Amino acid sequence: MSTTMRPTKWASRLLALNAWLVFAFFYIPIIVLVVFSFNGSRRVNIWGGLSTRWYPEVLQNEVILDALKNSLMVASISTIVATILGTSLALALDRYRFRGRKTLDGAVFLPVIIPDVTMAVMMLVFFAQVFRFIDSFGPRFQLGIYTIVISHIAFNISFVAVVVRARLGQLDPSLEEAARDLYASGWRAFQKVTLPLILPGVLAGALLALALSLDDVVISAFVTGPGSTTLPVYVFSAIRRGVTPELNAISSLMLLASTVLVLGSLFLQREPKSKTNNQGE
Amino acid sequence: MAALDQSAAQADSRKGRLIATPAALYLLLFFMIPLGVIVTYSFATRTATGRTVLTGWNLSSYDKLFSELVLRIVWRSFWMASVTTILCLLVAYPFAYYLATRAPKVRNILLVLVMIPFWTNGLIRIFAIRFLLGSDGPASQLSENLGFGTFRILFTPAAVVIGMVYSFLTFMVLPLYVAIERMDWKLVEAARDLYAGGTVAFRKVTWPLTRSGVIAGSILVFVPSFGSYVVPEILGGAKTMLLGSYVARQFGAARNFPFGAALSVVLIAVMLIAVVINQRAEANRA
Repeated sequence: MSTTMRPTKWASRLLALNAWLVFAFFYIPIIVLVVFSFNGSRRVNIWGGLSTRWYPEVLQNEVILDALKNSLMVASISTIVATILGTSLALALDRYRFRGRKTLDGAVFLPVIIPDVTMAVMMLVFFAQVFRFIDSFGPRFQLGIYTIVISHIAFNISFVAVVVRARLGQLDPSLEEAARDLYASGWRAFQKVTLPLILPGVLAGALLALALSLDDVVISAFVTGPGSTTLPVYVFSAIRRGVTPELNAISSLMLLASTVLVLGSLFLQREPKSKTNNQGE
Repeated sequence: MAALDQSAAQADSRKGRLIATPAALYLLLFFMIPLGVIVTYSFATRTATGRTVLTGWNLSSYDKLFSELVLRIVWRSFWMASVTTILCLLVAYPFAYYLATRAPKVRNILLVLVMIPFWTNGLIRIFAIRFLLGSDGPASQLSENLGFGTFRILFTPAAVVIGMVYSFLTFMVLPLYVAIERMDWKLVEAARDLYAGGTVAFRKVTWPLTRSGVIAGSILVFVPSFGSYVVPEILGGAKTMLLGSYVARQFGAARNFPFGAALSVVLIAVMLIAVVINQRAEANRA
């Protein structure tokens, strides 16, 4: 950037002011929530001294622990399956030309952009219809953890595919070609060259899938069955009953968990220093 | 040689299809078919007991879309999503510009600061807003102590818009950041040499060059805002019923699946229009 095109002084001050206001907007609500989770008073809005009393209470609550267990199970299964399927989809779309590719390419985008509530009612009606059909043969099925898992995989495949594809787009295809010339087998070339190169993208996609699955409340709330409440579904119905100090504590713990996830993801995605320097010219 | 090339291309195409098949089948079975089922349901009939009968196809659920109540809800959802999108754009454009013009080291730190709230559980973030804005919550207490008096903003349209901006702002920031960051600054420089005025250079060069980011960001904010369910449920009141909540109600208390399905079709249509607009914009850029 040359000096002539730098914004004028007041313009750059306004830009900086706007930026810090945005950061304040992002962080103040979260920080206030965390601070008040250490409020000793039962009345959430009246400060009753510093206390950690709500944390053990939350961590000993059977209902919350069961919900947490369900959430972790749904998130881990859906992440593993969606990462495998999403990565292969990204590879196929990026590397090969086949009939139906264009349609598939467009369809992949839909689960990313579809409003939660639309996907939720769509899955609910779909399962209801499938169960009605199966019931006519005898066995009786019910909504439960597995219907949540199926739905989460459905939207996570697309998110993983989009993230991995972005990474594939940055790769030099000649690397894989060279490897193929040497190893001959496409699978070996994939294993030895492509996979290590896209691994950061795959892991970033997997972490995004994990975060989205742990985040989802609307779709889970619609396709959940008796005894399969996930943590966000529990929290959502608790919020609708009113704000309690326990809710502040659960929320702070969930905030902590997601912050660890982001930092983990950024750590995985970071480019090794020496490599980026060499790519200059 | 041509024959060889052709058979290689055929083998390539077979392999691509093979690799894509498991994911494509999954999406077909658990996304496209459910999408088809919901569209089908919108033409079905609801019996007096609330069951859905899949015979005697009709358009009565669509007729209901034009009732005054529904039109009011759709209109409210539309303007609230529009206000949210415009606010996000006004805030996010200068914000993304600021991020993109920092030195690389500062920029990376700032980007991490943007990503942390983005990855934070969305429900918890809306809960944080609800707690902050509560009628005698921390914000209201602070304003009272400063001598401005308490305020009641929770359960009003303003609270819902604040919540939606809070939820979706990052969706606007990220595409804008990418567009501004990859922009060719030499063009702006050339414009400055010719026009000199900063405003003109922005209007004639920077804005057109970053328009794809503006369009992508606006879509990523507008579509989820238009179909938003969690935000109005937590921050809105009885008078701020939005389309997302109204759809959900048809599958809950109201138990009118065909009507709920027809309402969902409206959301799906808006989503598809957005996708087409985005593809057009991408094609224009390329």
